[in-house]
Amino acid sequence: MTDLTQLGVKAIRDGVAGGDFTAREVAESFNAAVADASALNAFIVTTPDHALAAADAVDARRAKGEDLGGMGGVPIGMKDLFCTDGVQTTAASHILEGFVPRYESTVSRKLWEAGAGMLGKLNLDQFAMGSSNETSYFSNVSSPWRKDGTNAAMSPGGSSGGSSAAVSARIAPAATGTDTGGSIRQPAAFTGIAGIKPTYGRCSRWGVVAFASSLDQAGPMARSVEDCAIMLEAMAGFDPKDATSLQMDVPAWEAGLDANLKGKRIGIPREYRMEGTDQAILDSWEQGKAWLRDAGAEIVDVSLPHTKYALPAYYIIAPAEASSNLARYDGVRYGLRDLPDGSGLQDMYAATREEGFGDEVKRRILIGTYVLSAGFYDAYYTQAQKIRALVAKDFEDAFASCDAILAPTTPTASFPLGDKSDDPLAMYLNDVFAVPASLAGLPAMSVPAMLNPEGLPLGLQIVGKPFDEQGVLNAGLAIQQRAGFDAAPEKWW
Amino acid sequence: MSVTREEVAKISNLARIRMTDGELDRMVPELNKILDWVEQLGEVDVTGVEPMTAVIPNTLRLRADEVDAIPETAGGRRDDVLANAPAAEHGFFGVPKVIE
Repeated sequence: MTDLTQLGVKAIRDGVAGGDFTAREVAESFNAAVADASALNAFIVTTPDHALAAADAVDARRAKGEDLGGMGGVPIGMKDLFCTDGVQTTAASHILEGFVPRYESTVSRKLWEAGAGMLGKLNLDQFAMGSSNETSYFSNVSSPWRKDGTNAAMSPGGSSGGSSAAVSARIAPAATGTDTGGSIRQPAAFTGIAGIKPTYGRCSRWGVVAFASSLDQAGPMARSVEDCAIMLEAMAGFDPKDATSLQMDVPAWEAGLDANLKGKRIGIPREYRMEGTDQAILDSWEQGKAWLRDAGAEIVDVSLPHTKYALPAYYIIAPAEASSNLARYDGVRYGLRDLPDGSGLQDMYAATREEGFGDEVKRRILIGTYVLSAGFYDAYYTQAQKIRALVAKDFEDAFASCDAILAPTTPTASFPLGDKSDDPLAMYLNDVFAVPASLAGLPAMSVPAMLNPEGLPLGLQIVGKPFDEQGVLNAGLAIQQRAGFDAAPEKWW
Repeated sequence: MSVTREEVAKISNLARIRMTDGELDRMVPELNKILDWVEQLGEVDVTGVEPMTAVIPNTLRLRADEVDAIPETAGGRRDDVLANAPAAEHGFFGVPKVIE
């Protein structure tokens, strides 16, 4: 029998529906692969029973001839930022260690209703703050990839680093991610998989641990564009419980996939040609243009003049929102409580938050508190929100002359764990190509393009107009078909 | 603009995060490096630009004004609400004494 862990979402769903294998066989194979891969540290907790129960339910439905759902029989990894009923949810923090929600996030509920099962909760940067997966309280995730000829542990990217590591290591066919400033696309690029952040508001944020509410958006991470389309369809949709949820129908993205880009114009933003970008990244970008031209698209030059300011604006807006969102962790209602002897309420808050938050989280809460404080609010926060408006306007102007934008996902390939962890600013710069689309709320996807000369994956990014996930997926598919990327990490774990 | 050690201590107090002297010493230059870098936003001419408050045009909806409009967040779930509390007593969250 074929190794079921080599299959993606579509192959598993269709194979289960067609009776080639049972959902239980799939769940058992992936449960075993997960158990065998603890060296990656991709999971904070594993939930093999959840995967088996969901699989048995799908097999029972098939026996009765019932519909199996869009994700019927597919076991997935769940980023530990999604609240899951009865299963510990920590956001990779100490302050939420042991927190067991009594409710299910809307996105995870939709996935279970579509027939998916859960292999476990995936590690991430603490509260999704980080670009290398080194800020987790539960230790770093190691990428399954290694640079040619070395054994140095590499970063799987962040914040969705457990998700990217699990999918690229073939211990999960797909996983959920969340993207605030690139946290789906950058890890996808680092590990040679695909991932899409839909338009802000497509996926409900209800039950997702909040980082920066005006930016956070969930999306799928999987090995192919088709698998992303299938999973996004299951995750997206209007949710009355989230006031920012879009009141729109979910398009049939899978059925609408079409790699023929005849008549489409793809914009190349000239400001993304930045100093310090690796030559291999620039080469992959050139190759990406050639692939899209081959698919029938016309390549046009576009300008996004405020690109340079997107990242610093992001590092005001996101911490500002985080400082407010994370005020809820105070040792009263859930999570950790540190109550020094004889201390009062204020001391309890301060001690609990000192012990419960990691360094990067504290750093961002302090920046957020500072930029929102009296006297600095207009100079920092209001100014950043105005620049955010200019960044969004740049995209609007560019989309007057193109249908989608092609850019690199990251300025470099993955780097060894520890390389940038002493320099927060150097770490932030890794998201320079991802953040502008996040600020503008646009759908954006990373697809694997090629390996660099050191044998590490590089991703290409497509940014689309608001609500045009289909256009993004289609351009992604055109690249995927021409790139023929089928490299997988060599198993060392 | 740069922050002094005293200012960072004040911010950490506002943010309700206790910080040791050693942590403050580490944090001050890190925050200053980040703040120096965001200073470049001051170069941008934002005359006539409205700050962006909603990223996608979306009308804010109000929930129906009725009990149990959304079961998960409605009343009658006291035990669920208290289930993860570090100290829950007599159906309430327990906190240290706040008044003498």
